[in-house]
Amino acid sequence: MGAIFRREVLSYFTSPIGYIFLAAFYASSAVIFSVNSLEYGTTQLDSVFLQLMIILIVLIPILTMRTISEEKKNKTDQCLLTSPVSLFGIVAGKFLAAFLIYALGVAITLVYAVVVSAFAAPDWTVIFGNVVGLVLLGAAFIAVGIFCSSFTENQIVSAVVSFIALTMLYLFTTIGNLIPIEFISNIFSKLSFLERYYGFTYGLFDLSNVLFFISATVVFLFLSVRVMERRRWA
Amino acid sequence: MIEVQNLSKHYGDKKAVDNISFKAEDGEILGFLGPNGAGKSTTMNILTGYISCTEGKALIDGIDILENPIKAKSKIGYLPEQPPLYLDMTVKEYLNFVYDLKKCKLPKNSHLKDICNLVKIDHVYNRIIKNLSKGYKQRVGLAQALVGNPNVLILDEPTVGLDPNQIIEIRSLIKKLGKNHTVILSSHILSEVQAVCDKIVVINEGKIVADDTEDNLSKALDNEHRILARIDGNKDKVIECIKAIKDVESCSADAMREENVWEYRIEAKQGADIRRKLFTAMAENGFYILELKSSELSLEDIFLKLTMGESVLINNKKESEN
Repeated sequence: MGAIFRREVLSYFTSPIGYIFLAAFYASSAVIFSVNSLEYGTTQLDSVFLQLMIILIVLIPILTMRTISEEKKNKTDQCLLTSPVSLFGIVAGKFLAAFLIYALGVAITLVYAVVVSAFAAPDWTVIFGNVVGLVLLGAAFIAVGIFCSSFTENQIVSAVVSFIALTMLYLFTTIGNLIPIEFISNIFSKLSFLERYYGFTYGLFDLSNVLFFISATVVFLFLSVRVMERRRWA
Repeated sequence: MIEVQNLSKHYGDKKAVDNISFKAEDGEILGFLGPNGAGKSTTMNILTGYISCTEGKALIDGIDILENPIKAKSKIGYLPEQPPLYLDMTVKEYLNFVYDLKKCKLPKNSHLKDICNLVKIDHVYNRIIKNLSKGYKQRVGLAQALVGNPNVLILDEPTVGLDPNQIIEIRSLIKKLGKNHTVILSSHILSEVQAVCDKIVVINEGKIVADDTEDNLSKALDNEHRILARIDGNKDKVIECIKAIKDVESCSADAMREENVWEYRIEAKQGADIRRKLFTAMAENGFYILELKSSELSLEDIFLKLTMGESVLINNKKESEN
């Protein structure tokens, strides 16, 4: 797992993808920050964090599109799968590497908080809650992206499918509201990533939301392992 | 040691590998011979745990690859058909990665250096793999298989893409490795397998056609007594003349190569050398031998020979008599 993690981190920076992801994340978050916080002259960053979710829907697929599909295409998965490493070790190594790059991106939000604090004292606990929420949301999104990448050899297909999947997860609340049956509509809103993330942006630190995102991450990583396992048995 | 017991792999209705069994002892080089699509790579992928089998068992040093994959895989070095290289890494980064991936315990720098010297890639050690030629990529792939000094080496067509000099080098390297490793190598080149391997398993359409434990296969492959000659002279008279030579079993004219020059396929009795007699006979009758060589068996010939045995020989005889 360690070897795969190190190689993945290295490859994010030997290929342009790591730089593109970070540059795009920094640029778009900076725009959102200046429009929503600096222009309005407010120290509240919750609307910034809420809009960052949409940025993630676009950028996470770029970060994860090559994770497994490129291995399949270049047949390097033969090297990984015939080495004494478990499938979960492989997937976890890839996840942690993508997560590290993502964390480097999220770190920029702390800079915004410091900028804001130059004007007036912000509510640090709310900002801390927001960052934790964003990190957890990103982790779950990355797991979804890796899961989508495990289906195909084509990076573009992988990126498009993860984009659609993340958009669907984002729209769960809306879909739920459209369904007249209350029971089903409830299920949708409980599974809605947006709803869960809302809590964090208001500064509510709800343990069930934390657990929700962690479980979603684990579930999708587990499903990726199953997809890889299944292909061996095909 | 590698042991394969009643191994089958089905893709839907297609049987890629159909109930095969064979065994390679320690310090033995086993050649896996077959035409393209015979199931060689599939078998190797099963042996290395890359894909699963539908039925049967594959044991590496007595460990079942499906039951205890991590332990079994740690004993295997595998060079797949297409070397699994990360093109954006340097050779050094890549081998270091493989070293870490295999959780190797040997002293890192000296071990990797030894391997690079062995497969002669030390002078490209710091180059990016993408920029290497096919032959060098193949060697990096071989180096990757050797990392960790595994007991068992599984090499899928290891000499593909190499130039003739490199082929000879790699073959002698494999022979050297075969002294203290169990090696399985696949090939569709007969002479390669003959040159390198102690034991040959021939596979066709997923089935084992011949498992050569003793000399039965090498006898079948022995071709000293089969001659291909290009002779200038009247076809019927030449054939008549050749058939008159002692020990000649059959003779047929294949094709006209030049005006009045035909290529003849001559088969003598097992072990008989008729080249000198052929020369004198032709000289006495005023025919000119323009070319003389022992005929090489193609894979197809071997399959025919092995699968149909005597009947083919009889058929050939009838044809040549007509």
